[in-house]
Amino acid sequence: MTAQIVTANRLGDGAVIYLGRDDIWGERLGGAAVARSQDEAAALLARAEAPAHRTNVVGPYLMDVIDEATAPRPASNRENIRALGPTVRSDLGRQAEIPGRR
Amino acid sequence: MYRYDEFDHTFVEERVAQFREQVARRLSGELTEDEFKPLRLMNGLYLQLHAYMLRVAVPYGTLSSQQMRKLAHIARRYDKGYGHFTTRQNIQFNWPKLEEAADILAELAEVEMHAIQTSGNCIRNVTADHFAGAAADEIEDPRVTAEVIRQWSSLHPEFSFLPRKFKVAVTGASNDRAAIKVHDIGLQMVRDARGRAGFKVIVGGGLGRTPLIGETIREFLPKRYLLSYLEAILRVYNELGRRDNIYKARIKILVKEIGAKAFAEMVEKEWQFLKDWDVDLPDEEFARIQAYFAPPPFDDLPAVTASFEAQRFENRDFARWVRNNVDAHKAPGYAIVTVSLKPEGGVPGDATAAQMEAVADLAARYSFDEIRVSHEQNLVLAHVRQADLYAVWQGLIAAELASANAGLISDIISCPGLDYCNLATARSIPVAQRISRRFADIERQHDIGGLKLKISGCINACGHHHVGHIGILGVDKKGQEFYQITLGGNADENAVLGRIVGPAFSYDTVVDAVETIVDTYLGQRRNGEAFNQTLARVGFDPFKEKLYAPH
Ligand code: SF4
Repeated sequence: MTAQIVTANRLGDGAVIYLGRDDIWGERLGGAAVARSQDEAAALLARAEAPAHRTNVVGPYLMDVIDEATAPRPASNRENIRALGPTVRSDLGRQAEIPGRR
Repeated sequence: MYRYDEFDHTFVEERVAQFREQVARRLSGELTEDEFKPLRLMNGLYLQLHAYMLRVAVPYGTLSSQQMRKLAHIARRYDKGYGHFTTRQNIQFNWPKLEEAADILAELAEVEMHAIQTSGNCIRNVTADHFAGAAADEIEDPRVTAEVIRQWSSLHPEFSFLPRKFKVAVTGASNDRAAIKVHDIGLQMVRDARGRAGFKVIVGGGLGRTPLIGETIREFLPKRYLLSYLEAILRVYNELGRRDNIYKARIKILVKEIGAKAFAEMVEKEWQFLKDWDVDLPDEEFARIQAYFAPPPFDDLPAVTASFEAQRFENRDFARWVRNNVDAHKAPGYAIVTVSLKPEGGVPGDATAAQMEAVADLAARYSFDEIRVSHEQNLVLAHVRQADLYAVWQGLIAAELASANAGLISDIISCPGLDYCNLATARSIPVAQRISRRFADIERQHDIGGLKLKISGCINACGHHHVGHIGILGVDKKGQEFYQITLGGNADENAVLGRIVGPAFSYDTVVDAVETIVDTYLGQRRNGEAFNQTLARVGFDPFKEKLYAPH
């Protein structure tokens, strides 16, 4: 199966976030916990939906990633844009913080 | 302009207070997202790809300078320094924080604005001709009607949970600049044989998944019956609209399924029952609202202003801008200015805080303090003296808002698409940007002449692609962006839907395809024909041959 991670938006400011290995949500896709089987994916989503997260996270869901040795990459155009920011404004979104992307 | 009365003020302030409370309860965990989502949507706060998005209502697209300055302030203080003007004459902020949303609404309330009726299955913010009160071909200012409908529909208990969202557009003129035939209800002011003003009533238009041109169900409705007749339409729809299927829930599907004639009869029957109850506005109340839209105190000016004619003669760039972005005004010596939000390579409809302030300043100084937002994602200064046009142009140059392209191929309508929108299947903005760069040569654009190009990033058609002379719809094919092209659409009084020309084009080839279409048109054009005229005469074949010829 395609590898998956869990993403959502942060409640307070709407920022795109990913569920990390330590159950902490962060803005770095590279730090996301990767599920490599359906069981792992279901367990990961269940962790994301745990009551403890409901006060800081909106709408968690599984997204496909390309599981590369160094870090996962979004498999879809949509998730790529979510991860980086609008393709028409390289000064906005996470891409603005990545050296060499502006 | 309409000014809030005490009721309006209290109502909007109470809503802000309620929302502040609701946000606090959500942030503390007292409300779940499922409970909170409908509440935030009722206040215009969506969640998009990157962040929340706040859609602020601009009733019938009219803003004062003070309101525009407030929008600029919000863009700077709470967002990322810009806003996006939409095809619904509204403005969207792309990066507000939930934690600050109530503060933004409170700031808006200070200048008599809000974000109510910009979401949900209610009667949405009413749109109107952006040349209202200025157009030479106008019977009456349509904003009076739009404001009457706004007051009637805001929080109308019977129509707050319709089968689906409901959009009304009004024009007071014979040239339709408000796309009334692609709205749930379109109202056009007309006169009867005795010269009395009333409305032609059109229902069941709309774009999206099932695009349809509206049908006229009444040729003449006396003005005084406006609200009872609208109420009759809404009642029939509320009862029979398909609540069971979101894709069939708009009024257009109902009208199509039962037929315009049968629908009109049902409305007529309901109306006979309603019209003598006190649904309609008393004449005094109508007059009270009308007074807010009294024409500004125009000076008595000659029809031709010598200084303006001389400036036009001397400066080619100014002349070119006047030719495209300036329209005739009903008052002698005045003109209507379209401020293009479509600079070469820019994002259609976006304006920075500084640009908003620049337009606000120009409006305050030269246009009776008033600005319009057009559904074509431009701004309008509706009442400028001809003698001031040169100064306005200079001001727009300084603000980088002087593109002389209104109505030309680079004056593209584009929805936010996959760069921002949660529902998108493909990007639309970068396609618009690339087309505007490809056709950057303004002489070439003039040679092509008026051409409406419209782009949507999904089937919901917020970019009105079905009614573009050239329409582009972004689709997803196995994870790749593709673009389906329609030709021959039109959104004015002769509204018609475009037809798909053939297989879709990739992201890399779509701009070439547009250029091929334009070149084919220029090759076939006779005696200054407009694009759709040439298309009607020669048909689709010459275009298909060029587009799909084996290389
Ligand atoms: S047309 Fe689709 S992609 Fe574009 S703004 Fe509307 S919903 Fe979003």
